[in-house]
Amino acid sequence: MSSFWSIWITVLTIVVIVGCFVLLRIVSKNNTGVEEGESMGHSFDGIEELNNPLPKWWSYLFYVTIVFGVIYLALYPGLGNFKGFLGWSSANQSIGTENGIAADSKAAVELATKEGRWVQYDQEVKRADEKFGPIFKAYAETPLDELVKNEEALKVGGRLFLQNCSQCHGSDARGSKGFPNLADGDWLWGGELAEIKTSIMNGRHGMMPPKGGLPIEDSEVKGLAEYITKLAGRDHDAALAAQGQGSFMKGCFACHGMDGSGNKLMGAPNLTNNIWLYGGSRGSIEQTIKNGRSGVMPAWKDVLGEEKVHVITAYVYSLSNK
Amino acid sequence: MMNHSQPQGADYNYTVVRQFALTTVLWGIIGMSVGVLIAAQLIWPQLNFDTPWLTYSRLRPLHTNAVIFAFGTSALFATSYYIVQRTCQTRLFAPKLAAFTFWGWQAIILSAVLTLPLGITSGKEYAELEWPIDIAITIVWVTYAIVFFGTIIKRTTSHIYVANWFFGAFIITVAVLHIVNSMAVPVSLWKSYSLYAGAVDAMVQWWYGHNAVGFLLTAGFLGMMYYFVPKQAGRPVYSYRLSIVHFWALIALYIWAGPHHLHYTALPDWTQSLGMVMSLILFAPSWGGMINGIMTLSGAWHKLRTDPVLRFLVVSLSFYGMSTFEGPMMAIKTVNALSHYTDWTVGHVHSGALGWVAMVSIGSLYHLIPVLYGHGRMYSSNLVNVHFWLATIGTVLYIVSMWISGVMQGLMWRAVNSDGTLTYSFVESIEASYPFYFVRFLGGCFFVTGMLLMAYNVFKTVKAPKESLPALAEA
Repeated sequence: MSSFWSIWITVLTIVVIVGCFVLLRIVSKNNTGVEEGESMGHSFDGIEELNNPLPKWWSYLFYVTIVFGVIYLALYPGLGNFKGFLGWSSANQSIGTENGIAADSKAAVELATKEGRWVQYDQEVKRADEKFGPIFKAYAETPLDELVKNEEALKVGGRLFLQNCSQCHGSDARGSKGFPNLADGDWLWGGELAEIKTSIMNGRHGMMPPKGGLPIEDSEVKGLAEYITKLAGRDHDAALAAQGQGSFMKGCFACHGMDGSGNKLMGAPNLTNNIWLYGGSRGSIEQTIKNGRSGVMPAWKDVLGEEKVHVITAYVYSLSNK
Repeated sequence: MMNHSQPQGADYNYTVVRQFALTTVLWGIIGMSVGVLIAAQLIWPQLNFDTPWLTYSRLRPLHTNAVIFAFGTSALFATSYYIVQRTCQTRLFAPKLAAFTFWGWQAIILSAVLTLPLGITSGKEYAELEWPIDIAITIVWVTYAIVFFGTIIKRTTSHIYVANWFFGAFIITVAVLHIVNSMAVPVSLWKSYSLYAGAVDAMVQWWYGHNAVGFLLTAGFLGMMYYFVPKQAGRPVYSYRLSIVHFWALIALYIWAGPHHLHYTALPDWTQSLGMVMSLILFAPSWGGMINGIMTLSGAWHKLRTDPVLRFLVVSLSFYGMSTFEGPMMAIKTVNALSHYTDWTVGHVHSGALGWVAMVSIGSLYHLIPVLYGHGRMYSSNLVNVHFWLATIGTVLYIVSMWISGVMQGLMWRAVNSDGTLTYSFVESIEASYPFYFVRFLGGCFFVTGMLLMAYNVFKTVKAPKESLPALAEA
């Protein structure tokens, strides 16, 4: 901040704290001209006020908090641009301000790194890695098909899932509209261990363009939805479905397959198993066809690292392979 | 000798006081009932009946606005108009403007009751009302200041009584807070965007938010306390000098405390430090009010045995002392790291809101209403006593359950397993909170039941033939 505002804040702060101190000192003495314990002599609607002294313990309490405040503001940032004698800063904690280089600046981090000092956050990450790293390293070295039999690993994977994955897929991994159910044995991108791991590591982007990007008219959508209902093995209007089949043959099969069983290479859903990512009502299906859908699973390799993804993979696999 | 029921010669303007006193009871019941409903929704979410304007997110601001600005502020209007007349020994200045503040304030409350459930909000906590209503608030508030300070100026007493210092500080500061925080750019009749951005917006919001607590819910109600406690106890105020120190220190320090709502955020370090330090130094000045109130009972403690009204006032001071100890502690960054975002905060607020603000208002109203309607006492002293116990038990249930669930949530969120993963997911902490949500709901039911008894008691008192309820002889 500019020096004007820095001085402004500093002066106001000191005036308030010192003002409290001085006020407390002055009023502690009896300057009222009335003897202590006697009435001040004015009466308001019958209420009088006594001239009792300030309770001692209360005055001391007040002084103690003032002293604490002064010490704290000397040690920590508070008085405008003054950084405090400890040089502490919430950014880059533990580096400290040295030689006038502010602790929260890039230059301070570079200097500290050169001298082999660490920012507190990095220190904590390092400590955590040293402590917990071996656990996950051991899991990472265990092949996935063995790891899925390790109860302890599955528990750890479950906790990682709850903290990182449940926001979209739900605590029970049963998903919700737009977020796949991971426990039903149906897989958009493949349910083998290696396939699941790839999905988590690199993320996935499932794209269905409006009407598949095909020359399908809006008027055909209703029939197409009926045909898809038929593929799912549900009650349907045969004539309308037959009409829809014609539309399907315009190109939907390219991704969903001639029999509608999908293609895990592009994450194209299986349309025949009555499992629906975006809802299975005729209305939802029509909406999906008409407007398309776009679902994104982010990549976790840089967030959690491969070792943790390895353990989560085992957990996710175990949900549908008891 | 204290004579606390008959106006002394001067013919005071009680009309506006009566109006505000009665609406305080009405809005108290409505605001607290909405609170009980949303407490129930946290346990049984289906109680929103799948209706947008009955959802938690819309009713919660309705609850806070109704209890703070409808119930609490009506109580402040009633008592300040009453006290300023009696302690200045003069009639209200500009009675037409005083009447305008009543109707204006009720219109503002009604517009809040309509707009908030419709989802019309500026999104600032405790300042949700949209810009046209904000302008109306400013007009009514400035009118309030004119009436109040006009009355002070035309007083016939030489000094200004301490209660009026607190009311004065409350009226001026709330005006400043409201105007600065509500500055916004309107984009349509019912939508505006804050004039501030980012961390500055957050800081202005909590500078407002915390001082709504400091000046409206603390200073204002201390003004109420400074009249009704000595009146009801029939004793002089304990220490004039203590009132000087704690008044000036309180108003000088409170205004800095806002940043403690934003610890460990993008707010600059120096702001967070100042917020914490000033909050801590505020501890003793806050307690000054409690000491002065409670010590005023010296020589009158025996009255607590027979006078439930005095019990309300004394217990409210105890809750005031408790929450003003808790507040500075929670403002310490290390404590805040555990308490922030948990139910502990909710419990702390209600320790002040139910225990202090509501109980001191209720006690004051039980003193005030008989006087306003020419009686010596309320219709039923037993009902006042039952109300006292319902309110006390309700408050204790509320606070204790939120303490436990708050500390539990804070501990669950930071618990780590031996493999470095977090022990609990967020939803597990919510699941563990259900029993405490239920106890909180129960506490709310107790409190609202007490308010219903009060409404009945007030109704019977108001309807009773004049002077048919003489004061009971002192035991």
